[in-house]
Amino acid sequence: MSNNKKKQLTPVQQEYQELQKKRETKRPVVRNCIKAFLVGGFICLIGQLIQTFYIYYFDFTDQTVGNPTVGTLIFIVMLLTGFGVYDRIAQFGGAGSAVPVTGFGNAVISAAIEHRTEGFVLGVGGNLFKLAGSVILFGVFSAFVIVLIKTILIQWGGM
Amino acid sequence: MLVGKRTWIFENKPVIISTGTVGGPFEAEGEIADDFDLLHADLWLAQDSYEKAHKILFEEACQKALEKAEIQKEQVQFLLAGDLINQITPTSFASRTIGAPYFGLFGACSTSMEGLALGAYIVNSNGAKYILTGASSHNTAVEKQFRYPTEYGGQKPPTSQWTVTGAGAALLSNSGEGPCVTSATIGRVIDMGMTDPFNMGGAMAPAAVDTIEAHLKERNVDPSYYDLIVTGDLGKIGRDVSLDLFKKHGTPITEEQFQDCGLIIYRDGQPVLSGASGAGCSATVVYGHLLNRMKKGDFKKMLVVATGALLSPLTFQQNETIPCIAHAVSIEYGEGE
Repeated sequence: MSNNKKKQLTPVQQEYQELQKKRETKRPVVRNCIKAFLVGGFICLIGQLIQTFYIYYFDFTDQTVGNPTVGTLIFIVMLLTGFGVYDRIAQFGGAGSAVPVTGFGNAVISAAIEHRTEGFVLGVGGNLFKLAGSVILFGVFSAFVIVLIKTILIQWGGM
Repeated sequence: MLVGKRTWIFENKPVIISTGTVGGPFEAEGEIADDFDLLHADLWLAQDSYEKAHKILFEEACQKALEKAEIQKEQVQFLLAGDLINQITPTSFASRTIGAPYFGLFGACSTSMEGLALGAYIVNSNGAKYILTGASSHNTAVEKQFRYPTEYGGQKPPTSQWTVTGAGAALLSNSGEGPCVTSATIGRVIDMGMTDPFNMGGAMAPAAVDTIEAHLKERNVDPSYYDLIVTGDLGKIGRDVSLDLFKKHGTPITEEQFQDCGLIIYRDGQPVLSGASGAGCSATVVYGHLLNRMKKGDFKKMLVVATGALLSPLTFQQNETIPCIAHAVSIEYGEGE
């Protein structure tokens, strides 16, 4: 695709972009991956601790403990987002803080805070899923496709 | 007077008789905090929205400029200003308070010099006695519009820049004491096909270089004529690329002489990645820090080149490239001009 884009550029533009590329600060990909691994792992570790806590001290099983754990994590993220800490963690952690459920919570909560000034209906209500909306849409859609494939395989493949 | 294709020489030498600069909490921790007239500890400026705070920033900058010159707002003939928010509402709303006849400008981050060039032209041709011009930006209001919600945890790449919370205004007059505006070169819109909105410096550098080289050629001066050539908000990458381009074109501009407002305003260690940006960046640095240094006698002639990226979130989402512009204005101070 990028090749396709390149073709539309004039020679002057191409020449400039090559020159510019040399000066552009590169994203530290390897370092970002390691940081994301550690931050993401740490968030999952906290999730695991919460889960164990609920199983030990309350009447939850392996199957039912998921919901209260996610709820608790989202609550913590709400506080971190509101106090302006989560975006700093994210600048360090990158995908590590974006991929877990906490990243999803942050996307929803930050939009809610941001658009509070436009009122509850048009502001918060209308913009709450500004960022998270496509996650939900394509998440549900891909789940649908996977289930379709599974059903076809079981029905006709005799698995 | 027009020389060449797009350079004005102001033979009546409009004077910047006073300036006003206002900054936010992040700027208060920066390198040039002492040069601001007013610094706010609170990003909200005691308002209930960032957009209203943005409006107050510009109002205060104008009031400071008027106060320092002891001019009443009724004496101001025209106000030429702009910002980055949709339909430039913060500036228009601030102009409602100031009450002077108003031209709303949009040149993205080049608005400061667009206003100064036009203002100087009007004053030079006796179109006005007092003109107020300026530009402003508010970090969170601008981020909200151009990027993600401010508290959203998206990792910014090292090429991105930090939008300045600040406003700068200058009062121009046909007589009085202060630095003179001697010439201006109006920029063309230049598009090098860059598409990354997190690398504005790299996109804007060719526009800055084009305007600077046109200015030097049309005014028929050597780069050494200026003690300082300062760009608006190219940041680290944009500045390096510009220097490369000058070298390639054989324009003898030295590294010491070529500075960038986006690299002056903050301290090392502030998390601004590639530097500062925003319409308020060049406005506050030039009208505050640089003019102060000029009055102290650190240098006599400077060329200010404010650079702007003329994109919107919509054009980016529709896969358009980023067109850029730069306007140059020369400011000179001291005897023998």
